[in-house]
Amino acid sequence: MLSHMHKHAEYLDPILSRYQYNAHHLLQILREAQEYYGYIHADAIDYMAQQLQLARSQIEGVASFYSLLYLQPQGEYRVLFSDNITDRMLGNMQLMESMCKELWVEAGKVSEDGLVSINTTSCTGMCDQGPAILVNNIVINQLTKERVSAICELIREHIPLSDWPPEFFAIEDHICKKDILLDSNFKAGSALAKSLRHSALETLQEIKTSKLRGRGGAGFSTASKWEFCRSATGEQHYVVCNADEGEPGTFKDRVLLTSYADMVFEGMTICAHVIGAKKGFLYLRGEYRYLLDHLQAVLHHRRQQSQLGNNILGHAGFNFDIEIHLGAGAYICGEESALIESLEGKRGTPRNRPPFPVTSGYLNQPTVVNNVETFACASLIGLHGGAWYANIGTDTSAGTKILSVSGDCVRPGLYEYPFGVTVAQVLADCGAQNTQAVQISGPSGICVAANEFDRRIGFDDLPTAGAFMVFDYSRDMFEVARNFVHFFKHESCGFCTPCRVGTSLLANMMDKLAQGHGSPYDFAEIEKLNVLLLSTSHCGLGHSACNPVLDTIAKFRPAYDKQLIHKEFIPAFDLDYDLSQARQMTGRDDAGAHLERTNVSK
Amino acid sequence: MFQNKDTYTFLLDGKTIPFTEEQTIIQAAMAAGEYIPHLCFNPEFKPHGSCKICTVSANGRQTASCTQQPQAGMVVESNTPQINGERLALLQMLFVEGNHFCPSCEKSGDCQLQATAYEMNMMSSHFDHFFPDRPVDASHPEYLLDFNRCILCSLCVRASSDVDGKDVFSLAGRGIKTRLIVNAESGRLADTNFSGDDKAAHVCPVGVIIKKRVGFAVPIGQRSFDEHPISFTPHPALKDN
Ligand SMILES: Cc1cc2nc3c(=O)[nH]c(=O)nc-3n(C[C@H](O)[C@H](O)[C@H](O)COP(=O)(O)O)c2cc1C
Ligand code: SF4
Ligand code: SF4
Repeated sequence: MLSHMHKHAEYLDPILSRYQYNAHHLLQILREAQEYYGYIHADAIDYMAQQLQLARSQIEGVASFYSLLYLQPQGEYRVLFSDNITDRMLGNMQLMESMCKELWVEAGKVSEDGLVSINTTSCTGMCDQGPAILVNNIVINQLTKERVSAICELIREHIPLSDWPPEFFAIEDHICKKDILLDSNFKAGSALAKSLRHSALETLQEIKTSKLRGRGGAGFSTASKWEFCRSATGEQHYVVCNADEGEPGTFKDRVLLTSYADMVFEGMTICAHVIGAKKGFLYLRGEYRYLLDHLQAVLHHRRQQSQLGNNILGHAGFNFDIEIHLGAGAYICGEESALIESLEGKRGTPRNRPPFPVTSGYLNQPTVVNNVETFACASLIGLHGGAWYANIGTDTSAGTKILSVSGDCVRPGLYEYPFGVTVAQVLADCGAQNTQAVQISGPSGICVAANEFDRRIGFDDLPTAGAFMVFDYSRDMFEVARNFVHFFKHESCGFCTPCRVGTSLLANMMDKLAQGHGSPYDFAEIEKLNVLLLSTSHCGLGHSACNPVLDTIAKFRPAYDKQLIHKEFIPAFDLDYDLSQARQMTGRDDAGAHLERTNVSK
Repeated sequence: MFQNKDTYTFLLDGKTIPFTEEQTIIQAAMAAGEYIPHLCFNPEFKPHGSCKICTVSANGRQTASCTQQPQAGMVVESNTPQINGERLALLQMLFVEGNHFCPSCEKSGDCQLQATAYEMNMMSSHFDHFFPDRPVDASHPEYLLDFNRCILCSLCVRASSDVDGKDVFSLAGRGIKTRLIVNAESGRLADTNFSGDDKAAHVCPVGVIIKKRVGFAVPIGQRSFDEHPISFTPHPALKDN
C-alpha cells in the first residue's frame, strides 16, 4: 500500500507469517514487533492493521493496555525499577535517583539523546533478591550503588545488553525449605506414564481423592474444575497454565518454572488427558521473558521423549502440545477471564461471568485455567496417588503450600510446608526478628499483626497464593499500604467505574494523608469506598483494592494517626501544596518558594 | 414457581416481572415498563456491564442487572436507599473523572448522566475533581468530539463495530488512563470514515459525540429529561434521535 509502511513490512512479514496472520496472536506479534525499534512505530501499526484486518485503533487499544508495550519512542536502553514495597525497603528509590543523576535523565522521560529512559514498574517477582530492574525487559537483580554505576557506564558506552557481565543476569532459586513437591526429585514422564495406565476418569478420581485445591488464591477444587470442563461440550478443550504471577511478593511460580518445569508441563498433560484437550497454553508474565528459551527447550525435550505431541507415550490418539504466550505487563491478566482475553490477543478485560471458562473459555471453548503450582501438585498426585496426598496438610487444605518469603528476614526465598503451619513458624525459619506484621498473599491478601502470628496458612484461616512479606518494627505500615494502593491504581484495568475511579480516589486519599492533609473523616470515606468496591466491582481486583488500607487502619492505627495534622476538620485546600507543580517546573524548593505552613481552611 | 414453560417470573422491588430465557434482569424489567438506572446499557445492544449503575441485589447478592440472568422466583431489590446510595457514589465518580460543565453543555437536558444524577438526588460531586486534560476534536465538518464528557461506556465502540461495521472508535490505555480513541493515526475524527449516518453518531448517552451547528435547537427546559425524569422517559435509543 503506502511506501512508508514498506520498511516495516521487512521485519513484520516474518513475524506475521509465523503467527499465520492470526489476530488472536496480536499480543505476541506486538511484543516481537517492538523488538525492532524498542517501541511500536505508528506505520507498523498501519501495516499490521492491514495484514491482520483489524482497525488500527484496535491495535492501538491493545498495545496501550500493556505497560511493557510502547507507542512512543523509548530510550535505546529502557530501564524499569521494580517498585514493590520490598524493593523500596531495599532502597530502590535512592538507586533510581542516582541512576537518573548519573545519566542525566528524569524518571518517566527519555534522555535528550534518546539513549535511555528510566521509570518504575510493578513488582517483577524478584523480592528475595531485589532491588530489581528490567533493562529492555530483561531482569537484573541485587542492585547496589556499584552495580548501578557499572550499568550507567555500560549504557553510556552503548554496550549491547548481550555483552553485559553475565553475573548481572544471575537469578537465584533460594529454595530454603523443601517438602513433598520441592524435594520430589521428579523424573520427567514418570507421573504421566503412571496416569496413562488408568482411564481419564480414574485419574480424575485420584485428583478428587487428593482434595487438591487451586494454588492461585481462590482455592477452588481442582477435580471439580476438571470435571466441569470435561463434561462441557465444545469443538476443542483447552488447558491453560496461569504463570502471570503478578501479585506483589509472589515468586514461587518463577522458581517452579526454572527448576521444576517438567512437573508443571506434566501436570498440564495429565489434565489434558482428563478433559480431552489437544492444546495447552502457558501464559507467562512478560517480566519472566528471560525464562522463555529455557522453557522452550524443556518443551522440545518433552516432545522428543514423546511426552508431548501425537500418541503420547505410545497412547494411541492422545495428542497434546503446549504453546507459550508471553504477557506484557498487566497484573489483571492473572485473573483467569482477563488472561483468556489476553491469550486471544485482546485488552485484558475480565469477562462477564457466567459463563465461566470451564464451559466457555479460550475461543469460547471449555477451558481449564490452573496455577503453575496446582499443575505441579497434579503431577505429584499422578505419581503417588490421591490418598497419599490427602493425608498431608489439614482436613480442608490438603497437601503443601509453597510460600515466597521476602522482606525483613535473614533468609528470603521459597519455603514449602504442609498446610496448617503457623505464621510464627515461618518467621522463625526465615530468621525474621522484631516482626511487626506479615502481609499474606500480597496486597490483595491479609495483613497480620504480631498478636496473630499463631494463625495458620490454609484455606479456612489464612488462604494464600504464596506471598509472605515480612515487616519489622522499623517499617511504616502506612507507607506499606500506600504502596499497595498505588499498585492497584496502576493495575486496575479501567473497565468498571468503581475500580477505575475508586482506586485513584483511594490513592489520592492516601497521598493526602501522606502530605499531612488528612483527617479522621478520610477514614470513614475509605470505609465507604471499600463497601462500594466490594459490592459493585467487576472482578477480584476491585474487591480487594481497599484491603491493605482497611487492614492497616484496623491494626496499625498509630501509623495513620501520625499523619493526621488535622484531627477534626477537613482542609478544603492547601495553597502551598498547589504550588508544588510550579516549584517542580522552576526547580525551586527553597523557603521562598513555599507559603508559610498555615491552615488555609481554618 | 412459574406459570408456563416459556414465562418465568421474578420479583423486582415486590412487583412480579415475567422473563424469558434470553433476558437479563434489566431487559425483563424494561420490557415490563420498570426503570432500573443504567448508563452503559442500551436495549439495542448486547449488555456490557461496565458502568455498574444498574447494580441490584439479586437474592441478596449484588450484581449488575444488565448482565445478570434472573431465576424463577428471584427476589431483586433495586430502588432501596442503600443501592441508590451506591449508584449516587458511582455517578459522582463519573462526574469527577471527567469534566462536566452541565450549564454550558449542548446535551444538557438530553444527557443520561445528568438525568440519572437528578434521579439519584445528586447535590454535589462529593469527591475531589480530577480535572483531566482532554482536548476537544473539532476536525470533522459535521461532528464534534468533546472527550471531556466521555464516561467510557463503549456504546459508540459497540455501535461502530457491531452495527456500522467500521470500528471508528476504540478504548485505549488502562485504568484511570483509559480513553476513547478514533481509527486514525492523526487521532482526528476527520481522518476516519465516520459519518453522521452511522449508528455510532447517535448512541452516546452523554455529550461527547455532538452534531455541529444544530446547537441548542431545542431550548434548554424543553428537552427529553426536562419534561419527565429519566425514570418516566422511554430509552432515548428507542426514539428516533
Ligand atoms: C486480579 C487477579 C489476579 C490474579 N492473578 C493470578 C495469578 O497471577 N496467578 C494465578 O494462578 N491466579 C491468579 N488469579 C486467580 C485466577 O483468576 C484463577 O482463579 C486461578 O488461576 C485458578 O487457578 P487455581 O484454581 O489453580 O488456583 C488472579 C485473580 C485476580 C482477581
Ligand atoms: S474491578 Fe478493576 S480490574 Fe476488575 S474489571 Fe473492574 S476496573 Fe477492571
Ligand atoms: S463517547 Fe459517548 S458513547 Fe462513546 S464511550 Fe464515551 S460516553 Fe460512551
